[in-house]
Amino acid sequence: MSERPAPPDGQPVLRLEAVRKTFGSTVVLRDVDLDVAPHTVTALIGASGSGKSTLLRCANLLEEIDDGAILLDGEDITDPRVNPDTVRRRIGVVFQAYNLFPHMTVLENITLAPRRVHRVPRAQAEERARELLERLGLGGRAGEYPDRLSGGQQQRVAIARALAVRPRLLLLDEITAALDPELVGEVLGVVRDLKDEGMTMVLATHEMGFARDVADQVCFLDGGVVLERGTPDEVFGAPREERTRRFLRRLTEAGRL
Amino acid sequence: MTPKDTVPAARTPGDRAEEPHDAYVPSARRLERERFKRARTRRAAAVAAVSTLVTGTVLFLVVVESPGWPRTRETFFNAHYAREALPHVLEGLWLNVRLLAVCGAAVLALGMLLAVARTLRGPVFFPLRALATAYTDFFRGLPLIICLLMVVFGVPALRLRGVTTDPVLLGGTALVLTYSAYVGEVFRAGIESVHPSQRAAARSLGLGGGQTLRHVVLPQAVRRVVPPLLNDLVSLQKDTGLVSVAGAVDAVYAAQISASKSFNYTPYVVAGLIFVALTIPMTRFTDAVTARMDRRRAQGGIV
Repeated sequence: MSERPAPPDGQPVLRLEAVRKTFGSTVVLRDVDLDVAPHTVTALIGASGSGKSTLLRCANLLEEIDDGAILLDGEDITDPRVNPDTVRRRIGVVFQAYNLFPHMTVLENITLAPRRVHRVPRAQAEERARELLERLGLGGRAGEYPDRLSGGQQQRVAIARALAVRPRLLLLDEITAALDPELVGEVLGVVRDLKDEGMTMVLATHEMGFARDVADQVCFLDGGVVLERGTPDEVFGAPREERTRRFLRRLTEAGRL
Repeated sequence: MTPKDTVPAARTPGDRAEEPHDAYVPSARRLERERFKRARTRRAAAVAAVSTLVTGTVLFLVVVESPGWPRTRETFFNAHYAREALPHVLEGLWLNVRLLAVCGAAVLALGMLLAVARTLRGPVFFPLRALATAYTDFFRGLPLIICLLMVVFGVPALRLRGVTTDPVLLGGTALVLTYSAYVGEVFRAGIESVHPSQRAAARSLGLGGGQTLRHVVLPQAVRRVVPPLLNDLVSLQKDTGLVSVAGAVDAVYAAQISASKSFNYTPYVVAGLIFVALTIPMTRFTDAVTARMDRRRAQGGIV
């Protein structure tokens, strides 16, 4: 958890240059460019299968891209000479299905990476974990096993787990998609707090209201291409592309916007 | 750029045909990365080859240069005695193979019954559950050789009418008794490892308890326990030799007969190598089957 030297001002935390990703003969990402500035939130929107999740998985090197480059703080992390583990240590990920380890308590889930990867002494790691739990409204849950928590609580534990190693960048992959509507608010509230604290985040989401409210930059993905990008007001208020308009209209009709 | 502009030579050989409307040409960056990865693969292969060669040479020299090697070679690796013993050992092996086939099938069937009996729920099945548990406890704890002696010599001593006294049949029975207790526990572990939500999903589709077990639980359970199951089958294959306590001549016993005639241990080595040679294809085959199944349901990703 050593503090890395701060990168020069103005350099994006995450940059995608002409990223291409295929699964077999299906092109999932086609020439995707993206800049994520420090302390900003980028929301990826688009229909299922438009490539949002794949983009996040590529950024965390869970998938290997076919062409192009992904830069973290200016370093090309898709270069095959780079050790993916050292890259992943700098990126936190929260998954749609929480992916908590069922055989560990909440506290053990959160302290696993600090203790085993970053060699933080147990007492210190646990102190940090309890602090995070307190902040996320889960004080007193440290000794519970994940299966005994509600979905919203589990997802907040997953966020605490991702934050425990003080990541440079947080990737959130449709983190409220598996939650009951009344639990969505508590998780999104946490994300809003993180933004206020200056965390750099990229999130794939179907919560358009939330994207509009919290994001600095909105990217509309369609068929593996960033079809439209801009501030929330630009994309949601005055979309230029017909496909964006159609997508937003469908959501409005479904009562989701 | 239209597809016509794409120079075919610009594509890497490994690149399959892209759909025609996508005029994709790999970038210089990609080509460089692929070159690097190929070089890295070649380097890794070279390191593996050198490392294997060095390890092999060192082991070879340690054995061959040891002070007792000439005598050891004479006693354990004598070509003459190997040729002499081979037909007898192979003849004995036929008994091992037959026993393995019959006992293996019986063990799998009985083991599965035991496992199912132990996982049945409901008070009606209590006696069945208790019986299966008692059986497993007893035969898993009883040393195989004692089980064999008791069945092979104890059953004929009862002088029951219509019950065989054939040592091979009785020996096989003893093997099945012991091994089905082991295998039953392996199956049970597999059944219990299937997540309860699978059962819930099947039951809520209207499948009955038996149907749930047959179509949803067991297919997943059996797949998971293939490696430990194979362990027990290989172990069984070697233990088929124990039927020789009653005088049946299997491969190991045949080797023992040859060895005691010549005071040379080569026949044992021959028998041992044949057993090893039998298990390897079996292991590779099951590995290949499981790997293929895993590929078909793979989720993707590189970690």
